[in-house]
Amino acid sequence: MRGRPLLRTSYAEELALLDTPAKRWWTGALLVLAFTLPFLLTDDLLQLLAVCCVAAIGAIGLGLVTGYAGQVSLGHAFFLGIGAYTAAALSGDPDGRVIGLGVTDIALWLPAAGLVAAVAGVLVAPLATRLRGLYLAIVTLGLVFIGQHIFNEWSSLTGGAGVGRPAATLEFLGRPLAVTDEVATRDQKLYWLMLALLLVFALAARNLARSRIGRAFTAIRDRDIAAGVIGVNLPRYKTVAFAVSSFYAGCAGALLYTVTGFFDPGSFSLLLSVQYIAMVLIGGAGTISGAVAGAFFITLLPRLTRELQAWVPFISTQPNEVPNVFQVETILYGVLIIVFLIFEPRGLFGLWVRARSYWKAWPFSY
Amino acid sequence: MTELIESLLRGLGTGSVYALLALGFVIIYKATRVISFAQPAFMLAGVVAVTYLSPAVGFWAAVPLAALGTALLALGVERSAVRPMVGRPAFVVAIITLGVDVAVRVVVNAFIGLDVRHVGDPWGLRTLALGPVEMQQRHLAAVAAAALLVAGLFAFFRFTRTGLAMRAAALDQEAALAHGVSVGAVFAVSWALAGGLAAVAGTFAAAGASVDSALWLIALTALPVIILGGLDSLPGAVIGGLAVGVLQELVATYANDVAWLGGNVSVITPYVLMLVVLLVRPYGLFGTREVERV
Repeated sequence: MRGRPLLRTSYAEELALLDTPAKRWWTGALLVLAFTLPFLLTDDLLQLLAVCCVAAIGAIGLGLVTGYAGQVSLGHAFFLGIGAYTAAALSGDPDGRVIGLGVTDIALWLPAAGLVAAVAGVLVAPLATRLRGLYLAIVTLGLVFIGQHIFNEWSSLTGGAGVGRPAATLEFLGRPLAVTDEVATRDQKLYWLMLALLLVFALAARNLARSRIGRAFTAIRDRDIAAGVIGVNLPRYKTVAFAVSSFYAGCAGALLYTVTGFFDPGSFSLLLSVQYIAMVLIGGAGTISGAVAGAFFITLLPRLTRELQAWVPFISTQPNEVPNVFQVETILYGVLIIVFLIFEPRGLFGLWVRARSYWKAWPFSY
Repeated sequence: MTELIESLLRGLGTGSVYALLALGFVIIYKATRVISFAQPAFMLAGVVAVTYLSPAVGFWAAVPLAALGTALLALGVERSAVRPMVGRPAFVVAIITLGVDVAVRVVVNAFIGLDVRHVGDPWGLRTLALGPVEMQQRHLAAVAAAALLVAGLFAFFRFTRTGLAMRAAALDQEAALAHGVSVGAVFAVSWALAGGLAAVAGTFAAAGASVDSALWLIALTALPVIILGGLDSLPGAVIGGLAVGVLQELVATYANDVAWLGGNVSVITPYVLMLVVLLVRPYGLFGTREVERV
């Protein structure tokens, strides 16, 4: 069907992952660029991009429950925390200061972290099936506070407030995955690993979203009563949404701190939840690529504000002066959420759609 | 016994702070069907305004002035960030208020800085002894202020034209519009009221102690309170606030006997209570059950 990319002759074509040639080209080019980046960028940037990839996994998870299934969850930080501590406890040193079981293989601790978080998600789901909208948002907000209390107090697991514990170790079949050798540096390997994992998780989410389950999610989001009337089992699919979302959050939490190697219970606060909400909304709710774009944008934001400092000299880098980069950064989270929701509710994804349709019609403006 | 009564009285003190904050949430919710996550920021803004004003004009003049200033701030936020979103899903507007909260709090925290700031209240940590029972004056003052404001609010809703308009708009926006009620004005008044209430509540929350950036967490405790009382019930907010305050103080007094709970368990008591209540009554104790038609 040359020259007629939008012509579909079968249902399978309609549902295809990359349904137009343009999408195939773009995706291919992006993948090539993503995998060659380690040869172009310095190690500190690569480390940041590795964190971006992990954050994107978490954001995809929140996007599934909030963007696709329409269940507002402010409790993502809680599930990230559960994943992080499960992985760290499994792979920790058995003779160390904190709980550790010595299972250092990523093939074991990563699914385990996801599963434990998913179980927590299923436990929360009965509330979600009974509540709607803002009630649910407040309940999940409560989860964050209860979770923070448990993480702070259970110091034999978490190391205690302000002290922290080492994160899970990156090992596969007895070989460490991220160490500098003659082939590549630690950060290059980290980046490739996280990028590969992100691809797997993103593809899985994309496939879930275009399956029967994904269509049930969208039906629940658009009008839950109507969805129930046409035969969508609401409690069941809401539970599935929370379980899958928490699984993603658990995996993201487990990986997130392997980059820096250390984390403390104070990390899993409401601000972390707000950051993930911001990723989903700024990227574009209800799209996987939007969630990934939003995660990269929000994670790179601190770095961008630090670069901004060279252009806007009155912003200080010292935390004890006003205004400093940390304040600017936090304000930007808030302001960006507001601006995007008011002016472009479809987020970064919507900006891309606008640009695309502008150039499709160019030079005609309509 | 004395310990029990004392913690009950302390609980009523903190509970009235929660009640004032929860009233703000409920007023906004009734008018606009949105939960404003910006309340913590307004509370903090109000308290910081009091700390700057009270050395200059005295505590008694500073509190109303700060409440007025916070009300104006809330008005501005409503006009610029919330009004353009009329007709959009409630959750989107709620997330916008979350963004407002994050942004405003950074600015307010910059005004707190590293100094130790006080609201300059006349009570401090002085106590009043009734026989063997000792209670702090600031808690009594909080109860008195809350009682006064609650009575004033109920009178306002019952006897004034604006109050009537607000009740009408809460009941049915379209019908209210058709009868000549300016729903926009109702939105504005409800945000301003909530801002002012938050400022007063913050002042009493900070009385006898210093103001720091962690104070905003107190305002979040009002969220379990409104869930407990029901999102759209003003009496529910007051009763829920007092109940949560009392329970929290009781837990703070007696939880030390249960070691495995860990310290500071009273901080999360409201949230646990909220989860339990929601499992039994999804619309809170006094909330209206939603009727859904297909």
